[in-house]
Amino acid sequence: MSRRTEVLAQGRLRLALHTLAEGDPDRRPLLLLHGLGESSPRARPLWTEGWPGPVLALDFTGHGESDVPVAGGYTPEALMADVDAVLAARGPCTVVGRGLGAWVALLVAGARPALVCGVVLADGSGLAGGGAEPPSSYVEVLRPEPERRPDPFALVELSRDVRPPDYALDHLRFAVEDSELEHPVVVSARVRPAWLEAVAADVDVVELPLDEAVTYFADGDRRPAIDG
Amino acid sequence: MADDETRTFPGARPPDRSRRVSSSGLGLQVNEWGDPDAPILGLVHGGFDFSRTFDVFAPMLADAGWRVVAWDARGHGDSDHADLYSWGANLRDHLAVITSASDEPIVVVAHSKGASEMLELLAGRPAICKAFVDLDGLPSPFSAPDINDRERRRLRRADLAASLDRRRRRTELRRRPDTIEGLAARRAPMNPRLPREWLEYLVTVGARRDPDGWRWKIDPVLHLGGFGPWRPAWSMQNLASLSMPFLGVLSGVADEPMGWKSRPQDVEPFLPPGGRLEHFDDIGHFLHIEQPRRMADLVLEFLEPHR
Repeated sequence: MSRRTEVLAQGRLRLALHTLAEGDPDRRPLLLLHGLGESSPRARPLWTEGWPGPVLALDFTGHGESDVPVAGGYTPEALMADVDAVLAARGPCTVVGRGLGAWVALLVAGARPALVCGVVLADGSGLAGGGAEPPSSYVEVLRPEPERRPDPFALVELSRDVRPPDYALDHLRFAVEDSELEHPVVVSARVRPAWLEAVAADVDVVELPLDEAVTYFADGDRRPAIDG
Repeated sequence: MADDETRTFPGARPPDRSRRVSSSGLGLQVNEWGDPDAPILGLVHGGFDFSRTFDVFAPMLADAGWRVVAWDARGHGDSDHADLYSWGANLRDHLAVITSASDEPIVVVAHSKGASEMLELLAGRPAICKAFVDLDGLPSPFSAPDINDRERRRLRRADLAASLDRRRRRTELRRRPDTIEGLAARRAPMNPRLPREWLEYLVTVGARRDPDGWRWKIDPVLHLGGFGPWRPAWSMQNLASLSMPFLGVLSGVADEPMGWKSRPQDVEPFLPPGGRLEHFDDIGHFLHIEQPRRMADLVLEFLEPHR
């Protein structure tokens, strides 16, 4: 199918949420989060073929078909609120994040453990962010370019945000402690910045290739129906 | 609502001039006191404050021969409300205002969160500043040792959910209307050492009067605390890297809710070469409001060689 797009409100901004596959509407959606500077895929990726429910993809603020804010101010926590807008509109989802999207997926898994039914952390652009410690201070006034996507402010700010391993582990703990899943976080990424190395080393985290990770949560999704 | 909707405060003087600066398209309110041809002194407010909180302090500096340039942070005072807020965006906004005022380096005096932001800006852009005064904006990693890790995580988790809930309701959020007295009373827990007369004056310059009462102008999506992986120790790294003359001023009052609670021994190891630190046991976090004459004299003495 060609993708279908709906618009979600995020304050004064509009977010583009794409449906890449309709799937079984009674099953939980799989939500894809793109990497830094990217946008949602035009069609469902092959590795999602094992997912029985709808396959959705969100364009983060300042990316793809979503609005560009005035004068930046991007943080991963603001993008977490983008994902929360999808959860508010569509209910519980399983989330697969690439690169920057993986970091955001982990944050939202910890913030909304009842609504995020499993996250897969995958390789992609912006996986490392600015590192575990602040990079050298760099401040520059940028020219506003309201029509340009990806928004240059997003590229500058989200490639420099600091990602301490203990901050990542806090969010992992929030997710693990309150999730109904035994292992709500799966690492598929082969590249391991410090935050992801720490997450992957945790006893509650599973490591699987991307397609198997999707199937892992698809099976978990089916389990209550079988048990019931 | 009381009929009298104006307030005065001893020594308070409105700005001599106001203008707007565009920070990448976002409008920032700039207020100035003093001779427009005098050397420039940038004055930066802290979190949940606004430039008119300098209505007593700024005229004291201006009357000593400085052109005092203060501005409202995005979402604060009369500056535009933004779609997004971040520490980095605030740094860019500061830079936009400073470079709009002068191509030459200026002196900067900053308070609290504004001072901590300036530490980072000046670490990366030292050429814009020839001397810096930091008023109780020196967060150290040794403050608040009474909160253990488990409690810190619990607070962060609660804050996360509350922040997302607030974002979901963003278009519905409104500051609660009140009388001048009521709004001042609600601000008092943030400023427990400041006189009620001052807080009522602040309402008349920092809030707007709607048909149903006064509302603070600050964007309702903003809230104290925030979240994200910011660490106080990072400010100490910026402090150590400063290259311009530096004066740090610490409040020693431990029970101030808005203060960083850093002690001199926490900060001294990170002072830049030649840096100076002053510590006042008897003044709260809002040093320049609580004792404006004493603070103005200290600042003016330090800045005099840097005109």
